[in-house]
Amino acid sequence: MDRAMLSIRNLHAAVDGVEILHGIDLAVEAGEVHAVMGPNGSGKSTLAQVLAGHPTYTVTAGEVRYDDQDLLAMPPEARARAGVFLAFQYPVEIPGVANATFLKAAVNEVRSHRGLEELDAMEFLELLREKAKIVEMDPSFMSRPVNEGFSGGEKKRNEILQMALLEPRLAILDETDSGLDIDALRTVAGGINRLRRPDNAMVLVTHYQRLLNYVTPDHVHVLAGGRIVKSGGKELALALEAKGYEWLDAPGEVATR
Amino acid sequence: MTDRTSKATLLAAFAELERDVGHQQPAWLVGARRAAIDRFARLDLPSTKDEAWKYTSLAPLRQTALDAAIDESAAQPAEDEIAAFRIGDGPAYRLIFVNGRYSGKLSAAPPLPGSARLGSLADVLLTDVDALRPYLATSESKADEDAFGALNAAFWRDGAFLQVPAGMRLDAPVELLFIVTAPGLARAHHPRTVVALGPGSEAAVVETHVAIGHGVYLVNATTEVFLGDGAGLEHTTVGLDSAQAFHVGRTRVAQSRDSRFTACSVTFGGRLVRNDVEARLLGDGAACALNGLYVVGGRQHVDTHTLVDHAAPRATSRQLYKGILDGRARGVFDGRVIVRKGSNGTDAHQTNKNLLLSDGVEVDSKPQLEIFADDVKVSHGAADGQVAPEAVFYLKSRGLDEAAAQALLTRGFASEVLGRMRDPVLRTWLEDRLAERLRGGRVADDDAEASAAAPITETT
Repeated sequence: MDRAMLSIRNLHAAVDGVEILHGIDLAVEAGEVHAVMGPNGSGKSTLAQVLAGHPTYTVTAGEVRYDDQDLLAMPPEARARAGVFLAFQYPVEIPGVANATFLKAAVNEVRSHRGLEELDAMEFLELLREKAKIVEMDPSFMSRPVNEGFSGGEKKRNEILQMALLEPRLAILDETDSGLDIDALRTVAGGINRLRRPDNAMVLVTHYQRLLNYVTPDHVHVLAGGRIVKSGGKELALALEAKGYEWLDAPGEVATR
Repeated sequence: MTDRTSKATLLAAFAELERDVGHQQPAWLVGARRAAIDRFARLDLPSTKDEAWKYTSLAPLRQTALDAAIDESAAQPAEDEIAAFRIGDGPAYRLIFVNGRYSGKLSAAPPLPGSARLGSLADVLLTDVDALRPYLATSESKADEDAFGALNAAFWRDGAFLQVPAGMRLDAPVELLFIVTAPGLARAHHPRTVVALGPGSEAAVVETHVAIGHGVYLVNATTEVFLGDGAGLEHTTVGLDSAQAFHVGRTRVAQSRDSRFTACSVTFGGRLVRNDVEARLLGDGAACALNGLYVVGGRQHVDTHTLVDHAAPRATSRQLYKGILDGRARGVFDGRVIVRKGSNGTDAHQTNKNLLLSDGVEVDSKPQLEIFADDVKVSHGAADGQVAPEAVFYLKSRGLDEAAAQALLTRGFASEVLGRMRDPVLRTWLEDRLAERLRGGRVADDDAEASAAAPITETT
């Protein structure tokens, strides 16, 4: 367990005094892709936000270790600099800040904390051009304000672009597939696959299994009522697709499996 | 306590000025100045009982002794002190005024093409005074001029005069730089600028007010703009006054048919700043866009009053004023739109938004829409708030710390205004000034910093 890149033990988290996560245990090794699935309100997004350090959520019990550091003790920016990345379910619009300006600030912030030299404008543009190809993003989106007026698909591409630029060790993708048409889903999934490496790990948080048609997970976990109620391989996702989440509510059947 | 600046001291100063220089001027101008000082005498300095000054107290100005005389002896700034206030390295027609006087030595004003003219008002007074008469004799007697406008009309000594003939498009921007140097003794400056564009002509003017050094003074500036049919002016004012300065400025524009006026008022400096912008849409189809950005901290106070007078049909006005306030700063916005009888097809919109970076700031925003015509589209919007916490978290999740996130979001807030500037050189220059003003996403308290660096010794 201690070898794991990410190790979550008995994690409880609350928002406005209401506990949403009731004890999550999860271990993610380098090179692995984990899918966390579950119905609406199961706590999937809460888990993703807690890992990124969203201030709305209070951790009430448990611990999270990342590369043998106490992740929960780190402010959000320190987590990002240490290589944790959250692709937002609802990427935030930032009026007045050009996407390229934002991306350059993020890249240089993370680079300087990794002991790398900051990129100048020319070097950054070169990197940006290269990475934008991964998500087939039109260059016109670079001069527009961050996410403002972007379609759902463009926002998600922009998230994966950020992931490509920041090269995280641990990427948590929160419902990155939601609201995407099939072409956008293929592009985004293709981007994710290209960023998959033996030395990094991904946690895909998703309601549907359709993203998993394109990105094959090593492990699938089902979250319900703030707990992981079932874990398995990729076939678990297919079973959920076929039978729906209600299937999990039938205790007899779960017990037999 | 007796006020150190009052109606009595100002009337006495005018009498002295008239004795000194009155004989050098034509009778019509002497008459205009007298009419203005009489108007001031009737109005007196405004108090917070006046609706237009309700939120802006002039008590600090009243307590300051001001010297109306132009200080001819003051040291001229060195070239390198001025360099930072030049906007870009590109070609420009630059007029530089030091302590209220045109400096031919520091200016760089190549001759304008054709019959266009640009020069100091004081020079034109000596050489071709009648050229000014259409622009001064009429405006001096303006019945609706406020007390400070009247004071400027009475006291002005110098400033800029730009006249562009019909159909000409000026090939470079006009930069007017008003510098106050080492403001040890509190002086009153009343610069005046006249811009007259003939039909179909176009120009861009940037008016910058700066201080070299730290101290108290008053700038009471008037800019009058006359736009012929189809003329277009981009007018930018930049306030980089000292942190103890009083700055009262007004820009008044008379617009003929199909003319276009774009204003951007940027205020970074000054202790007590009042900006009035008045656009009178007198001709069918005239359009104005009034934009403003004020970025203030410490105990700065900035009050913006706009007036858009739709006096003709099918005219368009757009207003966007944004403020970033920190420390104990105070912002006032009063936007008045009048749509006169018969001005059908009017399209007017006004927005005032303020970003409040501290609990100690205060903002008063008041739209006044007075509509006397049918078939018009008039709207306004206002919003005050903090940086969105979701946006801060988003940036932090990408590795930016609190200060970097605040700085990026605050600059983003301002860029809606600066992004509207057509001239990329000017825009970049202002963005750089803004970045200096916003360190770590907070507005620097220049007054506290300057006081710490050079304590003011009280001489009572």
